[in-house]
Amino acid sequence: MAFREYKIGTRMFGIALGGSMMITLYMPSLTIYSVGVTETGLVKGLSYGHNSGFSYEDPFLQGKGKPLTVTIKKDPVTGADIDPVDAYVYVPGTPFPSAVRNPGILGTEVAALSADDGQVGVATSAEGAVFLVSRGDYEGETFPYIENASATRDWTAAAVLASAADTDKRHVGSGKTMFIREGCWWCHTLLPEQTQDWQYFGLPPRLGDFNGEAPTAFGSDRKAPDLLHVGSRNSSKEWMMMHFFNPRLVQPHSIMPRFDYLWGEVDANGNEIDFDQWRADYKEYAAGNSLYPPLVPDYAPNSEIRYLMDYVLSLK
Amino acid sequence: MFKYLFAKNEDIPAGSAAVFFGFSSIIWFIIGTGLGSFNAAKLAFPDFVTGSYMFAFGHMRQVHVMAVIFGWISMAFAMAFMYITPALGNTKLWSEKLGVWTCFNWNAGLSVALCLMWAGVTSGREYTDFPWPIDLIILFAVLLPLGINVWMTIVHRRTQGIYTTNWFFGSAIFMLMIVVLVGNLPEYFSLTGLTEAYLTWWHAHNILGLWITPVAAAIAYYTVPKITGNPLYSHRIGHLHFWSVVVFYSTPAAHHLMSSPLPEWLKSFASVEGVLILVPAIAFVSNLLLTMTGKWHYFVDNIEIRFTISGVMLAIPLNMQGGFQQTRAINWYVHGTGWIVAHAHLALLGFSTFLEAAAVYYGLQTILRRKLYSLALANFHFWFLLIGFATYWISITIAGLIQGAAKIYEVPYIDVVIAEHPYMIARWVGGTMVFTGNVVWLYNMWMTARAGTPVPVGRLPHEIAYER
Repeated sequence: MAFREYKIGTRMFGIALGGSMMITLYMPSLTIYSVGVTETGLVKGLSYGHNSGFSYEDPFLQGKGKPLTVTIKKDPVTGADIDPVDAYVYVPGTPFPSAVRNPGILGTEVAALSADDGQVGVATSAEGAVFLVSRGDYEGETFPYIENASATRDWTAAAVLASAADTDKRHVGSGKTMFIREGCWWCHTLLPEQTQDWQYFGLPPRLGDFNGEAPTAFGSDRKAPDLLHVGSRNSSKEWMMMHFFNPRLVQPHSIMPRFDYLWGEVDANGNEIDFDQWRADYKEYAAGNSLYPPLVPDYAPNSEIRYLMDYVLSLK
Repeated sequence: MFKYLFAKNEDIPAGSAAVFFGFSSIIWFIIGTGLGSFNAAKLAFPDFVTGSYMFAFGHMRQVHVMAVIFGWISMAFAMAFMYITPALGNTKLWSEKLGVWTCFNWNAGLSVALCLMWAGVTSGREYTDFPWPIDLIILFAVLLPLGINVWMTIVHRRTQGIYTTNWFFGSAIFMLMIVVLVGNLPEYFSLTGLTEAYLTWWHAHNILGLWITPVAAAIAYYTVPKITGNPLYSHRIGHLHFWSVVVFYSTPAAHHLMSSPLPEWLKSFASVEGVLILVPAIAFVSNLLLTMTGKWHYFVDNIEIRFTISGVMLAIPLNMQGGFQQTRAINWYVHGTGWIVAHAHLALLGFSTFLEAAAVYYGLQTILRRKLYSLALANFHFWFLLIGFATYWISITIAGLIQGAAKIYEVPYIDVVIAEHPYMIARWVGGTMVFTGNVVWLYNMWMTARAGTPVPVGRLPHEIAYER
């Protein structure tokens, strides 16, 4: 080979690049892998499902193959009233999240509790499962863990979905997919900074808040408020609805795009939405010719905007 | 182009692959900057083309970024590989046919990938937005053949040593392949959480540090000595530049996530390494500017040198920003603001684009043996690019400083949006100037190919730039 006079150089190149990757890839991976998950991290991992970006089950990012977050108020088996609890319902065929597939990413304690007390090992994606976030003791300390309620309480996905009202079901996982697909994260970060954002956008995320979430979509280019805790700042569904349909309805100076197309063809009552008419009316309102803006149509229960709203409001 | 895909290698005229890559890169530059201008208009006027799935800002922003990086910049690099590598080895390209196929695969693959991304098919990871199957196709159908062509051309060279430019070319393709392969690990294996976030930025950082920056610099190592006739000021400083890129530029990935809960040792390490990026930067800039000694009139009267040296000089503010803005002392103020966006444009539209534009100008003229069709249009292109870029950079830097100030004074965010509005308009004006300049450039190069004055045997195009 005519590279022979560069024998020393090529070896040095290999050492330099290999050393660089040793320091920047292998060593951080050891530190990051040893991080135990927080309760926030478990909730996110379970409610977002397997992968919110491109995946086999959802190649066009339509929110397919994602779990439902259901607030359970009655025991699905006995029908008795119970303290409300959030369950993450994976109907049969829904891919399990990384936290269930590979509990090693949760940290030793949470992984052990989830396996022993939570019985996550027996859950299979083909049969579906209902997961809860519970608390248990591990060597004298309390940790959150994943409970497979299908095994521990005989709560099947079908029974939970049948016993809960539609208003108690939230498409948080599909909504995260909408958040990725619509590029919300190009302007809204999900990362209050460790320095100055505390007062305005809330607590920066902690170390274990992400185990099991992919993609994390922190965002890098903030042109709009941080959203990590937006559901705590503003939980009004009506405000959100108007803001998504046309942000200028509630904030005249906003530069956010309109997301009216996420409403789809029909509204909550099955009537076709006349977008042209709405825009014409809005133009009149914006020009000062009418006193009130046109009403924002109620969205259909299976519309993409519902997914996105459920996700945004879940960001507590 | 299509007739050469199935021609015999020896029947394809030397330089064909470079010409196809050259024109492809200019067309992608127009597409990329056109999308940029469109996006900027949406930020300035939010109701401009609104309420449609395809033309939503969130669907188009990443198409602009990827079209510019992998269409314009990387294809201009490929063009440079196709003609500079053999020229510096005193030989022919190893396989012209492979080069033409690479160009075809690249254009086809990038078109499909960008259309899918436009439609919302994305991995949701910045700078590696393409779904992983597409990344693997790019790796094996584009980068591998490109690399094989360059490496084999270097192996079959007819010179004793390997010139600085070719070290960079050969190693940068190799490093890019490693970076793409490793950067997509979270997508192949569903890695999550901080691992995913860190690898996203490891990939993004190294795309810039081990691909765009060194290859752009390597192009200048060729064009400046070639056109001015001065030898490179110092080969040893070239060595310093090369080795410090490999050692220092490949390590500070974590400085993109200084405000995230990554391990503190990693952030501190990255921050120190980030300052050390000044070593290759200063080596590069000083080497090139000293090479110009005695030939500074070329900066005025030669278009390629004017582009190249402008790019080299833009590397000075670029690296002064880059070295220091990632330290904890400064990063907390500018992180996530328009300052960073301006910095990214200083790197890609300022520094790097100016060097590549020179390579495309010079390469097309020498391969086609045609004098530039119109020097006036080239000057128009230069000034529209420079003024448009400067307008963009200055306005977004100011907007970023406003955001930074608003961050510490806890101003309601909407007041930031209101304060930024004039700068958003200025950004759109600047971006549109760049786009306009590029349309003129394509016309100029097309007419150069069609109607440029033939360059006589034994002369170089820049020697007869002012002869009628």
